[in-house]
Amino acid sequence: MKTISEINKKIKQGKVVVVNAEEIIDIVEQKGSKKAAEEIDVVTTATFAPMCSSGAFLNLKQPKPKIKIQKVWLNDIELYAGLAAADLYLGASQLPEGDPLNKIYPGEFRYGGGHLIEDLVTGKEITLRATGYGTDCYPRRELNQKVKLKDFNDAILVNPRNCYQNYNAAVNLSSKTIYTYMGVLKPNLGNIAYCSAGQLSPLLNDPFCRTIGIGTRIFLAGGIGYVFGAGTQSNANVKRKKEVPVSPSLTLRVNGDLKQMNKKWLRGASFVGYGATLIVGIGIPIPILDEKMIKCTAIKDKDIYTQVVDYSRDYPYGEEKSLAEVHPVKSAKGGIRRGGLFNRVNYKQLKNDSVVIADKKVPAVSLSSYYKAKEIANILKNWIEEKKFFLTEAVEKI
Amino acid sequence: MISRKIILTFPQALLDKPIVYKLIKDYNLIFNILQAKITPDEEGIMILEIKGASRDYNAGISYLKNLGIDIRPLDQKIIWNERKCTHCGLCVDICPTQALSFKRPQMKIEFDKRKCIACELCLRICPVKAIEIQQ
Repeated sequence: MKTISEINKKIKQGKVVVVNAEEIIDIVEQKGSKKAAEEIDVVTTATFAPMCSSGAFLNLKQPKPKIKIQKVWLNDIELYAGLAAADLYLGASQLPEGDPLNKIYPGEFRYGGGHLIEDLVTGKEITLRATGYGTDCYPRRELNQKVKLKDFNDAILVNPRNCYQNYNAAVNLSSKTIYTYMGVLKPNLGNIAYCSAGQLSPLLNDPFCRTIGIGTRIFLAGGIGYVFGAGTQSNANVKRKKEVPVSPSLTLRVNGDLKQMNKKWLRGASFVGYGATLIVGIGIPIPILDEKMIKCTAIKDKDIYTQVVDYSRDYPYGEEKSLAEVHPVKSAKGGIRRGGLFNRVNYKQLKNDSVVIADKKVPAVSLSSYYKAKEIANILKNWIEEKKFFLTEAVEKI
Repeated sequence: MISRKIILTFPQALLDKPIVYKLIKDYNLIFNILQAKITPDEEGIMILEIKGASRDYNAGISYLKNLGIDIRPLDQKIIWNERKCTHCGLCVDICPTQALSFKRPQMKIEFDKRKCIACELCLRICPVKAIEIQQ
């Protein structure tokens, strides 16, 4: 048994032992969980994937005379201005005015809120256009100027839902190509798209959020961020296989100072026929409090299953369900066996190029970058080893 | 025997000449047309994979050059910008020749430009536009 303050003391003394969530697998296998739990103090987890439910609060330095902003556009992208005079919210999926959208189907969505966030973090010059109706205290009615991130008093990345604990694997059972937030899905089960860092993914390494809670300090896009609650749509009440959810389940609400962040870990992204979004890099340390905790972090891709969902009909019409549960067939013994030709798939199979579903070899496509997630887990590991990052005790469970 | 992928750019004056026919008949070359775009009154672009004995290949290329056709190797056309790439993997499935593939188990994207046929399918799929085309 170890406490978080004991681990922090070890960080301060330079004695802490940190490994990433991939390295821990072999360590536990070789040493056994009991010995490994005594030796290892922290396991770092991470993910780098498109996270549409992201955005930033910006507070503009007031011009002279001042303005109470009613409508505002940055690079033709409208921000929400229904707060105090100079507070604005920029959504990652917002598209510029005049974008052809899906008029010429499938649309390209080359620039959106996510790209604007990336441009801000990069320090690029942005064109700002704002209008106000004029008040006694805020007389200005119009503002046109070039701005950079430094022209905002504050910029806070505020993401209502990130870091999904597991996610659907998407397929297309129809006879035409479809363009979705899970990428281009080829007809007749032509491919299967997945989006999870699997064994590296934060919430899959702490399946019941024993250590991750409100106030947990995290790596957020190259800066320091905090978990400030369960994310929207977070759902703990899901089917599990060996404690691990087999469908989208818990999510996190995170925030952090955008000015500390790095463009490498905040990337604007375009999905053909769907829209624009932001790819976010998140790293979360898991304190190894005891043997039970280390067992959770030793989870392997082959033990993480996910449901396969049809995005041509079931998902768009709100009848999202695991295909394994809707195609019952008779088993050899005469009883009804759920699953039929469809089955759940695990991340080892998905990462291995293709999976077999419905008796067909289906090529797998990933949206989440395992390679970059590992890079984040290693950066966080270095931060802890170099005494730049200390762990926090959650102030409340999520 | 050598095999090369090249991009031919024809001036307008040559558009109605049976150039490819001559390559087969007079120079004994085997070829595969990977892409052809010919717009009337403008110019034509053709991407070919040419195979043949090295002497025949060189003679055929000289013939094309003497006609005023611009020849560039294909592997300069599509550029994979590793610095921009997030290594997500969306391009791997769409690439018909496995020029873009995952190095396992690291799950790192690799681009083998010798396998690329410049079909351009990856260009619009890449969410961060890490694959670019050299015009």
